[in-house]
Amino acid sequence: MNAILQATGLVQQYTTAKSLFGKPGTVRAVDGVDLTVNPGEVVGIVGESGSGKSTLGRMLLGLEAPFSGRVSYLGRPMPAPRSAEWRRLRAQMQLIFQDPLAALDRRLTVAAQIAEPLDIHRIASGAERQERVAALIHRVGLRPDQARRYPHELSGGQRQRVVIARALASQPRFLVCDEPVSALDVSIQAQVVNLLRDLQEREGLSMVFISHDLKVVRNICDRVAVMYLGRIVEEAPSDRIFADPRHPYTQALVSSVPKAGAGLRGRIILQGEPPNPAARPAGCAFHPRCRIADAACAAKVPALERHDGRLAACLKLQSNQRTAA
Amino acid sequence: MTDITTVSAPRLIRRIRLRLPALVALAMLWLGAMVLVAILADWLRPYDITAMNLGDRLVPMGSPGHLLGTDELGRDVLSRLLQSIRVSLVIAFCATLISAVFGTTLGFLAAQFRGWVEHLVVALADFQAALPFMIMSLAVLAFFGSSMWLLVCLMGFYGWERYARIARGLAISASAQGYAAEVVQLGASPSRVYLRHILPNVASTLIVSMTLTFPEIILMESGLSFLGLGVQPPQSSLGNMVGFGREYLTRAPWIMLAPSFVIVLTTLSISLLGDWLRDRLDPTIR
Amino acid sequence: MPRFLLTKFARAMLTILLVMSFAFIVLRLSGDPAQVLLGPDAPQDAVDAFRARWGLNDPLWQQYLAYLRQLAAFDFGVSMRDHSPALQLVMDRVPATLALTVPALMLKICIGIPAGVYAALHRESVADRGVIMLSIFGFTIPSFVLGLVLVLVFAVKLDWLPAGGQDGWHYAILPIATMSIGGIGILARFSRSAMIEVLGQPYIRTAMAKGLPWRDVVWKHALPNAAVPIVTLVGFMVGALIAGAVVVESIFSWPGIGRLIVVSVANRDLAVVQCILLVIAASMVMANLLVDFAYGALDPRLRGAAPGR
Repeated sequence: MNAILQATGLVQQYTTAKSLFGKPGTVRAVDGVDLTVNPGEVVGIVGESGSGKSTLGRMLLGLEAPFSGRVSYLGRPMPAPRSAEWRRLRAQMQLIFQDPLAALDRRLTVAAQIAEPLDIHRIASGAERQERVAALIHRVGLRPDQARRYPHELSGGQRQRVVIARALASQPRFLVCDEPVSALDVSIQAQVVNLLRDLQEREGLSMVFISHDLKVVRNICDRVAVMYLGRIVEEAPSDRIFADPRHPYTQALVSSVPKAGAGLRGRIILQGEPPNPAARPAGCAFHPRCRIADAACAAKVPALERHDGRLAACLKLQSNQRTAA
Repeated sequence: MTDITTVSAPRLIRRIRLRLPALVALAMLWLGAMVLVAILADWLRPYDITAMNLGDRLVPMGSPGHLLGTDELGRDVLSRLLQSIRVSLVIAFCATLISAVFGTTLGFLAAQFRGWVEHLVVALADFQAALPFMIMSLAVLAFFGSSMWLLVCLMGFYGWERYARIARGLAISASAQGYAAEVVQLGASPSRVYLRHILPNVASTLIVSMTLTFPEIILMESGLSFLGLGVQPPQSSLGNMVGFGREYLTRAPWIMLAPSFVIVLTTLSISLLGDWLRDRLDPTIR
Repeated sequence: MPRFLLTKFARAMLTILLVMSFAFIVLRLSGDPAQVLLGPDAPQDAVDAFRARWGLNDPLWQQYLAYLRQLAAFDFGVSMRDHSPALQLVMDRVPATLALTVPALMLKICIGIPAGVYAALHRESVADRGVIMLSIFGFTIPSFVLGLVLVLVFAVKLDWLPAGGQDGWHYAILPIATMSIGGIGILARFSRSAMIEVLGQPYIRTAMAKGLPWRDVVWKHALPNAAVPIVTLVGFMVGALIAGAVVVESIFSWPGIGRLIVVSVANRDLAVVQCILLVIAASMVMANLLVDFAYGALDPRLRGAAPGR
């Protein structure tokens, strides 16, 4: 099976210049991530804010060039952002992000917004363009009369449907959804997630689904990668990661999702400060908040290694394995 | 006494407030008339602007045949006034357009390329702020001499930094997170992003800024012409009429008062209209 | 010195450099400087000598460096008319201009700001309406019209004050009035809106809610916060004042820089024009630096970071 998208050794860092004469500091938002997305697969990326998951998503789409490492799409390297080739490639990959109102031009009607990719990539014009727009509106579950509406006249869920319709207009093969439902009411979230899943199945889309919310991810993803301070700490098939998380951070996250019948029993409350990429702890970045960390964890950075049908980065797991062997 | 004032003051205020839309209507009427005059000046004026009649020098206002009197060379003040309105309005209109286009373009360029382009635009704006526009214009006119085209281009630099600042700020905020970033992400070219999405979204703010710049350009041009360094004779503008009328302040104040009156009423009307537009279109800027 | 002031200082220097370059570029664009500076009927050997002396046969960038070096040594050339040093000529006129602009600025500040604050505290009062009317007046009546009307009324009709010249303190009254009346209105209007905005802030309501006397609320909380935008406008007004001086000095035949630049422009006395340009730019940049300094004193938040304009 040939991967649709492959990322190796992705690093992104930003310089924070204090002023003209200040010494610039660097912040590593993403720090060495490998990720593969296979055709028709939905990969979830989970993490707290500051874990670098959105930056990773933007690099996967080629919206920003990585500081080091590379992304290849269908075996070819990602072109430089904003080059002509890059712009053409946009027809094949799309981003859906958190705030649909900000994503839409408040001066254009729903139909005009959805038609935008068709115009930009000269896919369709005239009657065909209108037909396509009508079909897209139908497909995302909007009413035909809403085509003439403006974004502010719609509800949050409807707006996100418009964004989805626009993303699908150019028939892309790869979609990155960055917190697509976080801004929506809980009652609407499930509808939009279900819509995304239906569309994904029907069109055979490959998708990266970024969220801080494990409940949402569980519903839609085939495989999940958990990020902490710019690194993947555990990556496994969806059912496995939820049934049997191994990394202490994943365990804490999974324990915070209520289970049917069990509620929140056995919940692990994370201690300490939320992660700050500007002040990365030495050794395993998670050790200040980890229940099982010891002195070794503050000294050595754990590598992401194969462990019982998954990838995990924890010194404790590795030493357990070694003593068991 | 005190009772009367405390009672009548709020009533007066209410009346002023109620009258405001009427004031705006009057302003529009006056501006409409000015535009008509500018277009039809050739047909409206009773005499040629250079037609001298040394027998009829300094005829006062209201004289038969010379509604607004004549000047020191016996030229009809009304005819000259109509022509001056045309010249001043055309200069101010072209200059406002140039300044808006120039400033908006620079602002967009700064937002699109950031880095040194942005620094350059900011440095130019600093430069503009460090030299009063009047002084800069005087220097340029000193070096190049005065011509109509130079004057229009010069005035076209007035206030560009205002548009640049607005355009840059709005474009950056649109590109940072909002719809503009999204359209880029859809694969649109920069020109499409700026012309189809960002420009229409900032247009109302820019138009309101134009109503601020327009009267200031009229004042600037008339100031230069008043000093004898703007519009040159035999052509005439409102400012240069005031400038020449100044010599006859004691004997023939009407030569100076008529154009002054037009300048004040026109700038006042545009300001009123601009205030009203600002309230309606864009409550976010002062 | 705080870092942001250093940044400001660097930018100020850059701005001065830009103004110098502007003068250089405009001078070169307008034709052969030898011809322009010496006048059209200068003898050929004088032109040649001038070209050799100022290195006009060198490459342009060398000329530019030489020009900057010359300016750095305060050599601004000589006036075409009486061949005295341009800088001397300009400096002789500075006191007369200051005699008008400084009192005018003081009047604007001392009347405009209190009037605006009073209007903000007594909204919808007669004084408030008066401030708004005066500001519209200030925005729409050009100073040359106002000046001439004042002359017409107080000098011609009433004969209370002289119409022009400089022969005693009462000669300065009409010019100063012309320069300050509009500005008072504009500053008052601006102070009023700055004050009204501050008075609507949550911390003012908090201060009132905790029972602070109204006077303390205004003096300790509202005024210091409204001061930052007001100081900004006062900084801009310095520029407007200099531009205003050009017109006002012309109307009242006042022998200041403004009159000098108009006369020099009319005579195309370029050395003098260029010198005035730099003197004015330098004083504007100084004024802006002072404003930045005042920011630092007024608002502790701005001491660390450069304030955005």
